[in-house]
Amino acid sequence: MKLVTAIVQPSKLDDLKDELGRLGVLGMTVSQAQGYGRQKGRTEVYRGAEYPVDFVAKLRVEVLVDESAVDEVVDGVVRAVRTGQVGDGKVWVTAVDTVVRVRTGETGPEAI
Amino acid sequence: MNSGDTAWVLVSAALVLLMTPGLAFFYGGMVRSRGVLNMLMMSLGSIGVVGVLWVLVGYSTAFGSDVGGVGLLGDPTEFFGLSSLLGEDQLSDSIPTMAFVGFQAMFAILTVALVSGAIADRARFGPWLLFAALWAVVVYFPVAHWVFAFDSTDDAGTVTAVGGWIANRIAAIDFAGGTAVHINAGAAALALALVLGKRTGWPKDPGKPHNLPFVVLGAGLLWFGWFGFNAGSALAADTTAAVVLVNTLVATSAAMLGWLLVERIRDGHATTLGAASGIVAGLVAITPACSSVTPLGAIAVGAITGAVCALSVSLKFRFGYDDSLDVVGVHLVGGLMGTLLVGLFASASAPAGVDGLFYGGGLDQLWRQAVGAVAVLVYSFVLSLVLALLVKAVVGFRLGEEDEAVGIDETEHAEAAYHFSDSGSARRAPVAADDVERELEGSRA
Repeated sequence: MKLVTAIVQPSKLDDLKDELGRLGVLGMTVSQAQGYGRQKGRTEVYRGAEYPVDFVAKLRVEVLVDESAVDEVVDGVVRAVRTGQVGDGKVWVTAVDTVVRVRTGETGPEAI
Repeated sequence: MNSGDTAWVLVSAALVLLMTPGLAFFYGGMVRSRGVLNMLMMSLGSIGVVGVLWVLVGYSTAFGSDVGGVGLLGDPTEFFGLSSLLGEDQLSDSIPTMAFVGFQAMFAILTVALVSGAIADRARFGPWLLFAALWAVVVYFPVAHWVFAFDSTDDAGTVTAVGGWIANRIAAIDFAGGTAVHINAGAAALALALVLGKRTGWPKDPGKPHNLPFVVLGAGLLWFGWFGFNAGSALAADTTAAVVLVNTLVATSAAMLGWLLVERIRDGHATTLGAASGIVAGLVAITPACSSVTPLGAIAVGAITGAVCALSVSLKFRFGYDDSLDVVGVHLVGGLMGTLLVGLFASASAPAGVDGLFYGGGLDQLWRQAVGAVAVLVYSFVLSLVLALLVKAVVGFRLGEEDEAVGIDETEHAEAAYHFSDSGSARRAPVAADDVERELEGSRA
């Protein structure tokens, strides 16, 4: 089992959700996130006083998938959230040892 | 009594009262979210304190019989409690005197509230109320007498009752309070900012406005109420009021554009905060001038002041005083601009105008405007400094550094403006909890 984590532009969430739905991914966890990448942040101006904003608002999307579906899901995420502009985000995959569905006690791939 | 005039002044009074909650939102949106309630409360506190004082000594000090006939102070005890003004025969020109009393009360309230913007996030609430009360009595009420109390004359033109020295001896034009309200509040704000010192972390972290829609809401309410402030100052539903209303509209529009133009050139963006600030700067500037300029003159007064105020708000960073919400940059500078520009743009074709410099009147009106402006500026600054130091010495004025970090809403008012999550905040009531405990013990037994 793998955990696919994606940091994405907030405006692309609906596209991402639709794409993952088409690929048969049944659940996802979304959290508000802030951060910066190579392009750094942006600058706001209030009454002429400049405030550099280092951390830009993003969403962190996490989905648990079976080994066999990882490549397809990662490709799907990238396809769904890419705009071609700076700040499109990152996707990474980590290994997951155990998954338990709390309601039934099922473990492993059945619990995803 | 003229019922049309009375109706207009009563409605105007209500409009002016609305400016103070409007100001609360204008200021409240500009502070951080952890201090918005205190910002609102400083304005609401002004309504409470000054409203009561107005009935006790305020109206008398501002509009009572002049003490000594020199135009400095009304008799503070003359109308104590206002009971003597309740009769149907108590008229002030064409309106009941009580309508005038109520209208002017709102000016006193707003002026005090304006000052609070300079000391956001660091003034304790009780000492602020104490300062507000002292400042109203020692500074605002006398200055209102100087500027707003006009001589009474008989048919032959002989003065029967002496009014304030700026309005009558100097004959400076201040239709609705450029000196008495804005220069006065702005100078006091500067004094308070100096006495209280900088917020922790300023100027590195001046704090971003937490809710710009609030700022625009507040600016909108201020503009709406300001039609009562300015056009109501005609004290009649007449041509003067109509001209003033139009001038208040167009000067403010031009000031907003002036501020935005400076921002676009200097910072690259025309901002929402800039538009709201330009609106207020324009309203401030046209306040003294609204009855003495033509609509074209009003556009000039507004555009110039909007641009100048946009440039002035950075003065605090240059000189190192923490005027949190730019009361100096907007009200002191805007008030000075509006008051002095009367000397340049006033036109005899306007209802209360005499020709200023640009209309062939020479420098005569300009020096009158300058004397009035400087007198109020110096008096307000010095007395505000003394009062602030007094409050600081006797009860302490400033919030502790730790409380400032936690947030003034929580430490001064035990409230928070925004609740995004209710987890972990069940009501804690010691007495009720004991009852539950006893009941549980009873059921166990």
